[in-house]
Amino acid sequence: MPVTLFLAVLAALSFAGFQLGRSRAVASAGGRLSSLHSVPTYHGFYVAMWVGLPALILFAVWGGLEGSIVNAMVRASLPASMTALSPQEINLIMVDVHNLAYGNISSRVADPALLAAAEHYKHLRSIGDGALAVLMLAAAGMGLQYARQRIQPGLRARNQVEKVVTVFLILCSLVAILTTVGIVLSLLFEAIRFFNKVPPLDFLFGLQWSPQTAIRADQVASDGAFGAVPLFTGTLLIATIAMAVAVPLGLMSAIYMSEYAPPRVRGTVKPILEILAGIPTVVYGFFAALTMAPFVRDVGQSLGLSVSSESALAAGVVMGVMIIPFVSSLSDDIINAVPQSLRDGSYGLGATRSETIRQVVLPAALPGIVGGILLAVSRAIGETMIVVMAAGLAANLSGNPLDAVSTVTVQIATLLVGDQEFDSAKTLSAFGLGLVLFTVTLCLNIIALRVVRKYREQYD
Amino acid sequence: MTDIISDTPKAAIYQSDDFAARLRKRYAAERRFKMYGVVAIGVALGMLAILLTSIVGQGYTAFAQHDLALEVFFDPAEIDPQGSRDPAVISNANYGALARTALQAVFPEVEQRTDRRRLTSMISNGAAFELRQMVIDDPSLIGTRKQVRIPLASDYDQVLKGNIDRTLPETSRKVTDQQIAWVDKLVANGQIVNGFNWRLFANGDSRDPELAGLKAGLVGSLLTLMVTLGLAIPIGISAAVYLEEFAPKNKLTDLIEVNINNLAAVPSIVFGLLGLAVFLNAFNMPRSAPVVGGIVLALMTLPTIIIAGRAALKAVPPSIREAALGVGASPLQVVTHHVLPLAMPGILTGVIIGMAHALGETAPLLMIGMIAFIVDTPGGFGDASTVLPVQIFMWADSPERGFVERTSAAIMVLLAFLIGMNAIAVFLRKQFERRW
Repeated sequence: MPVTLFLAVLAALSFAGFQLGRSRAVASAGGRLSSLHSVPTYHGFYVAMWVGLPALILFAVWGGLEGSIVNAMVRASLPASMTALSPQEINLIMVDVHNLAYGNISSRVADPALLAAAEHYKHLRSIGDGALAVLMLAAAGMGLQYARQRIQPGLRARNQVEKVVTVFLILCSLVAILTTVGIVLSLLFEAIRFFNKVPPLDFLFGLQWSPQTAIRADQVASDGAFGAVPLFTGTLLIATIAMAVAVPLGLMSAIYMSEYAPPRVRGTVKPILEILAGIPTVVYGFFAALTMAPFVRDVGQSLGLSVSSESALAAGVVMGVMIIPFVSSLSDDIINAVPQSLRDGSYGLGATRSETIRQVVLPAALPGIVGGILLAVSRAIGETMIVVMAAGLAANLSGNPLDAVSTVTVQIATLLVGDQEFDSAKTLSAFGLGLVLFTVTLCLNIIALRVVRKYREQYD
Repeated sequence: MTDIISDTPKAAIYQSDDFAARLRKRYAAERRFKMYGVVAIGVALGMLAILLTSIVGQGYTAFAQHDLALEVFFDPAEIDPQGSRDPAVISNANYGALARTALQAVFPEVEQRTDRRRLTSMISNGAAFELRQMVIDDPSLIGTRKQVRIPLASDYDQVLKGNIDRTLPETSRKVTDQQIAWVDKLVANGQIVNGFNWRLFANGDSRDPELAGLKAGLVGSLLTLMVTLGLAIPIGISAAVYLEEFAPKNKLTDLIEVNINNLAAVPSIVFGLLGLAVFLNAFNMPRSAPVVGGIVLALMTLPTIIIAGRAALKAVPPSIREAALGVGASPLQVVTHHVLPLAMPGILTGVIIGMAHALGETAPLLMIGMIAFIVDTPGGFGDASTVLPVQIFMWADSPERGFVERTSAAIMVLLAFLIGMNAIAVFLRKQFERRW
């Protein structure tokens, strides 16, 4: 469907409506513009809205439905030999029909029935597009006619326009809710399909993870084990290493910058630290896999340890470096929010700066800092690229940072990249993992945001 | 009474040795504590420096590349035996043979079949395509001799750049001593030229490191970001305006706010799952297409933009609103005519930072299949394409030494874009920020 053409024509029509409405409003005022309720521009917008919106809504509804209606009609027209096949095979046939209709390379030799179906499809599509064009033009024309007639000095055009704009603003704010609902529903639906194949308890408490299943009945393969505990421990291990790097470094640099550093040092060091937060995670992943992992392995071997080349340590350390600015900027905010009077009181009793920080400022800031750390943990758990590139695929149940472990996000990414079959437990298990990941990070975030907010209110 | 005290002179407590020792200890603790802070910052900055130097150190060589300068005879017997000049005939000819003949002419002493094969392995697979393009562009070349530059296979390029160690024993490197000798002879002949690596920017992806380029990824990123920008700016600004200026305080707005704050912290891969389940499986949108990638990234960056937008709107003092309301503006006019223009620099800063995030994002795009081997540059929002960070991810998986170099170079290109975007954001903030 020539989407851009339709939209461009619609935009042009709306613009014409705008001009028309404005000039008609000026004409209707009869030289005394002050007799108009609204400025002529609003009359213009009023007409443009009537021209554009009904047609646009029509276009959106049509665009959403046309594909499936045409598909259903073509499917109904297929010869009986084809409609008797299983739904999946019919889907494949429909894909071929699409490809034939749009001149792409189709996966099978075109047989006459398919060619006919493709012709039929193309024909229906062109009828659909034509009908849509006519309907849209009609809607635009009717809107124009209606709005034009209503233009008179007393028309409350501004109020009408503002009402529509307000509705648009509200709809835009609702996108956030829609996104959350979409995430929850899509994860939930696919996860339920997965749990129909694999019992949830086996998934949550099973000790073995090997998602390879036989695709064909005659294939020799393991039955697949979907016990996610090794993934959870792997995720926790890497997140713990990351936090062990990020929390001390981030917290200490925040303390230094907010309590000790002269403004000039703070002004230069802070933005440089923020660069760490702006580097894409794929870059960290490359660094972890190519520089950090061999380094860790060499150091380990020179100490006589056996280190896997995809050790959790390398991925964790690099992830920790990535999180440093996150921890430090959150802690910085929170330390700065501690009232100066607390510090002054402590200094007045003769405490040194470090004593003040350790015994007054940090305890006062602790809830906020804990909230910030929880946010950082949630980020570490959800981080994908570093672990995909630097941690392994082997889901070992191990707490040794020198072993290779796998994480939830690694498995999601590898299960869903490449060709998938959407009914297998293997693919669906990714959504089960996604649900766990989403739930855990959501809980962490809610707790953390609560804590931080409560803390802020305490000193406001 | 007073002399009783002076009679038994007791040293003041702050002069006792104990006190001095305690004070020394406390001051030492103070210095140590301060030093921890300096060390922490030093370690963080040191990691940044190591990261950047390791990438630049591995990647800067990829911006130059060695080419073979050979005199190729565009043999009519090979290209167009009938002399028909038919484009179909011309484009089907065996151009690899022309390049091989030209190289063999430089080394007439190499006669054995296996040796010859080793010799011609110096010519990249891309040579045939480049020669063919030359002839298609200018058919009058047929029958002439011309000095042309054709790509050298990556392994030899790496030898010349010093990335493959010549001193290693022959068995543990990919290039034999004999081949190195040939390369050295070509260098001595001046038949190897080192120049700017335009293929890095003019080619799409390739299995051969010397031919792989970023053009497809760059165009894909551009298309994806255009979709993201087109959705995220209007929706994000509208939502920020509504929540900050108009929204009544009720359950619904509270819910929206909680949602936005949570979405800002949802792992990016979850947005990929959303895109896969909703846009690809439920709405049947095309796989690997910039339009889907753009929508997913827009949903991902919206919270950032809304939060930044609200902060910018909040910074506009209420007196401006009151003055505008006082002269009779409607609430919407107050916002569109006065508050929004004043808050725009702040909002745009947020938008640019959000876009920089979107440009560097990889994980959700893997989920919706933007990890495809794309040779041709995508022409529209519905074409299969890849983006710059995914291209980096794919190259990082390739074991060849040539790809390590290319990956680092691609990272440098990506970082250059990010630095540019952030510099614009900083500039906007510095230039237009107003303190009220």
